[in-house]
Amino acid sequence: MKGEVTLALLHTGGGTFSGGSDGGTSAAMSDPDTPTKTISDFEAKLGAADTTVAQFDRDDKTTIAKLRGFLRDNPTMIPALVLVISVLGFGIANSRFLGLGALTTVLQQVTVTGFVALAQSVVILTAGIDLSVGEILILSSLVMGNLAVTLGLPAPLAIVIGVAVGTVMGLFNGILVTKMKLPPFIVTLGTLSIFRALKLAYSHSESIRNVDIEEKANFLLFFGNKFKFLGATVTFGMIMLLILAFIMWFALNRTAWGRHVHAIGDDADAAMLSGIAVDKTLISVYGVAGFICGFAGWVAVGRVGTISPIGFETINLDSITAVVIGGTSLFGGRGSIVGSVLGAIIVGVFITGLSLAGVDSYWQTFATGCLVIIAVALDQYLRRASK
Amino acid sequence: MKFKAVALIGAAALALVAGSASAGDLACLITKNDTNPFFVKMKEGAEAAATAAGLDFQAYAGIKDGDAAPQITAIENCVAAGAKGILITPSNDSVGPALKAAREAGILVIALDTPLADKDAQDITFATDNFEAGTLIGAWAAKTLGDGAATAKIAMLDINHDNISVDVARDTGFLKGFGIEVPDLTVMGSETDARVIGHEQSDANPEGGQKAMETLLAKDPDINVVYTINEPAAEGAFQALKAAGKTALIVSVDGGCPGVANVKAGVIGATSQQYPLLMASKGIEAIVAFAKDGTKPTASEGLSFFNTGVNLVTDAPVEGVESIDSTKGTELCWG
Repeated sequence: MKGEVTLALLHTGGGTFSGGSDGGTSAAMSDPDTPTKTISDFEAKLGAADTTVAQFDRDDKTTIAKLRGFLRDNPTMIPALVLVISVLGFGIANSRFLGLGALTTVLQQVTVTGFVALAQSVVILTAGIDLSVGEILILSSLVMGNLAVTLGLPAPLAIVIGVAVGTVMGLFNGILVTKMKLPPFIVTLGTLSIFRALKLAYSHSESIRNVDIEEKANFLLFFGNKFKFLGATVTFGMIMLLILAFIMWFALNRTAWGRHVHAIGDDADAAMLSGIAVDKTLISVYGVAGFICGFAGWVAVGRVGTISPIGFETINLDSITAVVIGGTSLFGGRGSIVGSVLGAIIVGVFITGLSLAGVDSYWQTFATGCLVIIAVALDQYLRRASK
Repeated sequence: MKFKAVALIGAAALALVAGSASAGDLACLITKNDTNPFFVKMKEGAEAAATAAGLDFQAYAGIKDGDAAPQITAIENCVAAGAKGILITPSNDSVGPALKAAREAGILVIALDTPLADKDAQDITFATDNFEAGTLIGAWAAKTLGDGAATAKIAMLDINHDNISVDVARDTGFLKGFGIEVPDLTVMGSETDARVIGHEQSDANPEGGQKAMETLLAKDPDINVVYTINEPAAEGAFQALKAAGKTALIVSVDGGCPGVANVKAGVIGATSQQYPLLMASKGIEAIVAFAKDGTKPTASEGLSFFNTGVNLVTDAPVEGVESIDSTKGTELCWG
């Protein structure tokens, strides 16, 4: 239904219309025997005329449209709703799932993925992507472990060097993307293989045992420490994830740098034309991603307890899944940091929930795939301004 | 633009320089992957033995256990490079035709660790019996629990659900050794005994082992026996149990030095030790002999393959199951 416009219509008679006098003379066309129309006649007709003014027909009274408007304004509500619904659903399937044991297990399992999802969010906000995040994480943890345990350096120094190595790898990605003008997907696909080979060569595929780490560099296991809170086990890693999520949220939404990142993701050319140093900002984005992944390497040591070059094989794709489910658009420019953390938790909930419900592991992977497609489809649906 | 051109030319030059030819008989080693420390040690052992014997050496690896396509490519590359012998740990039986073609070209083909179903695809197998490795730890676990074995709760940490041959052999071997009926020995999970809580995917690494153990603990918090496919996975399982404040009997296979150290430390109860370095060195020896005068190696007595042996390593020996202690295990260990 298109908007209808109604206009008030004034009914005019033929001939001149003289304002004030009673019984204005009609033109020669009127019959001298019929009574002439007076002003009061016209005014009487005026009273009966339609008085509605021009307006658009409002169509957002339907619930779907209202919901859509609400979700468009609060993109984080989608992953939040999905999380609540899925927790309840799996709880019904197997009541053990709602127990604190299972729920805290899920949170512990997704902590490292949550960190990597934060790194991936920043990159995806610039309409880029980073496939090498997993390798950066592992190589940083290997450097930390090797320096602290095998070579005997003090643990804090080893951690700083490890995180620095991660940042350098991220900057390497950034430089290739900006200076060589190569697409981020291609660059990080290449560095994925390069870093993978480096990590295997550096470590000879050997793991560092938990007993050795505890003995020689206990500080590396810092983020694995736990404490009980209202009966649930909370690790330092989870707390750190929340702190880092807050810092990233603040940086992306309340600083100039964050505004630039969003602008570059939305339209890099427009950003450049409005005076933003696109190259520098992009390099810093990939550097930040590398820094977060290097830091996540330290958290991973606390989580797993051993330092191994194998493991976290799928974390790069898991982080992209978490970011997408969390409501960040792969096309850049808009997204939610909180959503990415929720997305990571949702994936964990699905996998553990399906496992406890007795579903084959193939269907767990199937379900995650379906989640991603639904999430992207929902994002596209919301982006459309009109039907 | 100029920078880009120079960088690309530099990268291409580097790639060309990396593959240079040299003289001497060529020995090829093709492993299932290059991430499992078992295969990494095998490669190092083979390389050392080859260099000592004056052979040229090239190593290839697949990406994933069970994915034979990269291995087939590697076999064809070795044939084209004129290798004298190929040592291979087959991902699955589909490498058979390529190996047969290699044999027809006069190359000595030796299967390591896992025999091929098609007898004509290899000249001989230098293997370890993975099923026997499983039965040893299964029998040890059952005997250690004694009467408790009847009410045990067992967690099975496999590589994945793809039914890879070594996975199936060790898994079903453990169950058989423990005393659990296994109707189908060619797949995992065919048993119906209620003592088995579940099979989870560990990907043979600590992180996967930890996740798998956590999932199984969520299913049943009273698990007291944990079978793990290899020692990295066992390490992860131990972390998960420690975090949950529980203890269980953990058994594993491989016998790498870090694993034996874990037996000593009490992390792993018992592990079946295998000898990848022995497999590799025997393989190179055979290639040297073949290159010299065409002699082919012979199988162990009564077996269709040359058994490089397996030993149970534990500091808590039980009656009826032969074992060596962790000190001896450390002497024989690899890695």
